[in-house]
Amino acid sequence: MAGPHPLGDPAPLDGLLPASAAVDAGDREFSVYLHVPFCRVRCGYCDFNTYTATELRGVKQSDYASQAVLEVESAGRVLIESGVPARPVSTVFFGGGTPTLLPVGDLTRMLHAVRDQWGFVPGAEITTEANPDSVDAAYLQGLADAGFTRVSFGMQSAVPRVLATLERTHDPERVPLVVQWARDAGLDVSLDLIYGTPGETVADWRTSLEYAINQAPDHISTYSLIVEEGTKLARQIRRGDVAAIDDDTQAEFYELADELLGAAGFHWYEVSNWATDVSHESRHNLAYWRSHDWWGVGPGAHSHVGGVRWWNAKHPAAYAERVLAGHSPAVGRETLDAETREVERVLLLSRIRTGIPIASLTEHGRHEIAGLIADELVNARAAIHGDLELTLRGRLLADAVVRRILPD
Amino acid sequence: MSPRALKALEPAATAPEFIRNFCIIAHIDHGKSTLADRMLQITGVVDDRAMRAQYLDRMDIERERGITIKSQAVRMPWEMDGVTYALNMIDTPGHVDFTYEVSRSLAACEGAILLVDAAQGIEAQTLANLYLALANDLTIIPVLNKIDLPAAEPDKYARELADLIGGKPEDVLRVSGKTGAGVAELLDLATRTIPAPVGDPNAPTRAMIFDSVYDSYRGVVTYVRMIDGTLHPREKIQMMSTRATHEVLEIGVISPEPTISKGLSVGEVGYLITGVKDVRQSKVGDTVTTALRPATDALPGYTEPQPMVFSGLYPIDGSDYPALREALDKLKLSDASLGYEPETSVALGFGFRCGFLGLLHLEIITERIDREFGIDLITTAPSVPYEVTTDDKKTVTVTNPSEFPNGKIAQVMEPIVKAAILAPKDYVGVIMELCQSRRGTLLGMDYLGEDRVEIRYTMPLGEIVFDFFDNLKSRTAGYGSLDYEPTGSAEADLVKVDILLQGEQVDAFSAIVHRDKAYEYGVLMTGRLRKLIPRQQFDVPIQAAIGARIIARESISAIRKDVLAKCYGGDISRKRKLLEKQKEGKKRMKMVGRVEVPQEAFIAALSGDEPPKKEKK
Repeated sequence: MAGPHPLGDPAPLDGLLPASAAVDAGDREFSVYLHVPFCRVRCGYCDFNTYTATELRGVKQSDYASQAVLEVESAGRVLIESGVPARPVSTVFFGGGTPTLLPVGDLTRMLHAVRDQWGFVPGAEITTEANPDSVDAAYLQGLADAGFTRVSFGMQSAVPRVLATLERTHDPERVPLVVQWARDAGLDVSLDLIYGTPGETVADWRTSLEYAINQAPDHISTYSLIVEEGTKLARQIRRGDVAAIDDDTQAEFYELADELLGAAGFHWYEVSNWATDVSHESRHNLAYWRSHDWWGVGPGAHSHVGGVRWWNAKHPAAYAERVLAGHSPAVGRETLDAETREVERVLLLSRIRTGIPIASLTEHGRHEIAGLIADELVNARAAIHGDLELTLRGRLLADAVVRRILPD
Repeated sequence: MSPRALKALEPAATAPEFIRNFCIIAHIDHGKSTLADRMLQITGVVDDRAMRAQYLDRMDIERERGITIKSQAVRMPWEMDGVTYALNMIDTPGHVDFTYEVSRSLAACEGAILLVDAAQGIEAQTLANLYLALANDLTIIPVLNKIDLPAAEPDKYARELADLIGGKPEDVLRVSGKTGAGVAELLDLATRTIPAPVGDPNAPTRAMIFDSVYDSYRGVVTYVRMIDGTLHPREKIQMMSTRATHEVLEIGVISPEPTISKGLSVGEVGYLITGVKDVRQSKVGDTVTTALRPATDALPGYTEPQPMVFSGLYPIDGSDYPALREALDKLKLSDASLGYEPETSVALGFGFRCGFLGLLHLEIITERIDREFGIDLITTAPSVPYEVTTDDKKTVTVTNPSEFPNGKIAQVMEPIVKAAILAPKDYVGVIMELCQSRRGTLLGMDYLGEDRVEIRYTMPLGEIVFDFFDNLKSRTAGYGSLDYEPTGSAEADLVKVDILLQGEQVDAFSAIVHRDKAYEYGVLMTGRLRKLIPRQQFDVPIQAAIGARIIARESISAIRKDVLAKCYGGDISRKRKLLEKQKEGKKRMKMVGRVEVPQEAFIAALSGDEPPKKEKK
């Protein structure tokens, strides 16, 4: 989780939700996100809410699982007291930071707390992020034993020079190993790639894509590197140590990804995500775009339940203090009105392949479709069948498409 | 030094021989207002504590820029050799745009103080006004100001002044408006040398309007100089140009606040209030007479103000259009020379085409609209009135390039001015180069003192309104000064250059330029726009064209990526805020065909700023 918190209202100490949060809850799935805010080292490009040992102001990593369990337990109470009907959990996602920096026992305890609180739907998707160099065969087996179904490896690149610029510490040679171990443990595998790192060439990117495809994962995410203010990388670019990759080149990289992944049998289901088939699309990821309900556990985590969004205290120390005192760790929230929810619906669903029925758009939005087809931003065939589906060009200009569909 | 007069003379009961009417001719920032302030203080009409810098300049803009837009007249008592006099100081505008108003102010006086900065010497504008004063047979008192400045060179500039108007350098008075040194001596000298006004107290009343000011509480305040006869409260007066009659509700003098009097008589200067609400009913230069016993001949010199520079004024926020109309309606009450009519631009929406006396006038009006009415404006490139005759012998006056006829053109006449440029002699070369490049024809050149030159050119006004003055200033390190006056019109080979975005004409950027300059203008504008217009979802060609012929082109390639890769761990609020920000940005875009053009790009392209920069005021 990154950046400054959005402006919102203060969140109440007891964390109780307004009655509106419960409306139509039965129509929405329920997910849980668990944030693990620790890393061994901070990578130069990262502005996520994560901390190295020296930045923790006396908080111990070993205490963290218990604090997260406390929040899970209080979440169960808050939802009941707020009148939100209890639903079994559809997806769980451990993100960070580096979740696998914690002993597998800690992740297991946190996951079981979720299970004990709400239960899982049959076939629930349970994922953790992992760094290739933070896990071994035993660890991955431990995850599978605990109930994890899926692991998402932060591979980022197969080119050592690019990894060095990103300050990633792993050796690309380790990726085939961890993928094989995950397979052996019965876990689904996703690989995360980053493109557009300063100094990266199209040939580098092709190498990384081909390398990732050769591991035969079930799922691949490709994220363009965003240089965030305040990161070491931003300073390096400002000083002229490295040259930022411009948007046109980023677009070229994306087009190459679409070409190679498509040829390898992956289909895109969200602007940055590809899967081998529908069953391997990340349901947790889709839950965000579909505005389902999820509880975000941990420092800086964001939650959404029925049009109420809130976010927790960012620093692990501030988070621990609140949770241990029996208070809600939330520091801000916003309750979306109908208009804002509609804006978000279009904003988020348009990124998913055939995510929005055109009939659900406003008159203004429907009126724009023909022009979007003419500009080759929207797929004509899907539109004729009533669905909004972005073309390759449309995916690259998705934000512009959204601005056109939404009324002024 | 004379003591302050113990008792001032009564208006309407003061014989002309005790009246002295004078003005101060000076260049902007040569210290006229400061000197006037010191006179008010020394004569005791403003007490020292109430003294406010530049008392006479009422409006904020004037105070900030140190220039006077609206003249006023102050009556000051002064005692010399045991005799009490009434001195009327008429404050004249100091800029080229207001030459007509200056000429009327001068016509109200018998004498003029020629005030020159002892560190800078005389400037072109001052020379122009000096010619006017001499043409009006005014007695000139040359004065060097700011002698307290370390950079002052009074000997040098005294010689320059003596050279110019005759007399000896040592007769040039030296004062400091700032410290007050020499100011009492100046008042004595004015009293002694300026002739008393002459007029017939028994003839039918004639008073010349030399200024007319709108006051939101009182309506129009008319400033007059009495020539013949008398004026009294409750009297029915008549404006000789329109024959309109009004009743005098109030009459008085300014000293320096309005002071009601029993009337005004021969030679006196004062104000009238009749309750009219529009300065057009009380025009500068017009003659006031009485309805009961009207004069037969109006005083000479009256002319209708002629706008010389035209520009489109558009509110940046289209919803401000009614507010802009209201602002112009209000400004018009106090500014008879401001003309405007509604105009629509494809690029800029609804606005007004306004006529101004000159560039400064334009600048003052737009600044007042911004400041007093809080409306952000886009101003199109200034244009001058062209007389265009088509092949079918029809002649139209074109004040907006977009009205330039499309068919065959038989003839285009453009206004020509006589320009006088004054600068240190080292800059003669660059000035001549500039004037030559602006289609100027050299009329002559005169040395003024040892090292300064007056260069005279005839030049098309259209060349002057297009950043000539800025160019002059930058080429002469700020020393060059400019004055110009209309001198008729001449035929020229002029064409209209259009700018097209993706084939759509952007009317705001059309310009009427000389055929030889058309390519240059086309390259300049297309190049500017390429830098200023953000990339779109499609390629955007930018072309400059004369009719159907493309003379220059640039292209903006389509944007390829406009999408955020991910939402950070469910921080949807952040993404939505970004969208809101982007949409807010889109609202400030104007559509030209399908091309979104930011307001700032229009402004920057029109003003020549590149890249667009935020100016803090």
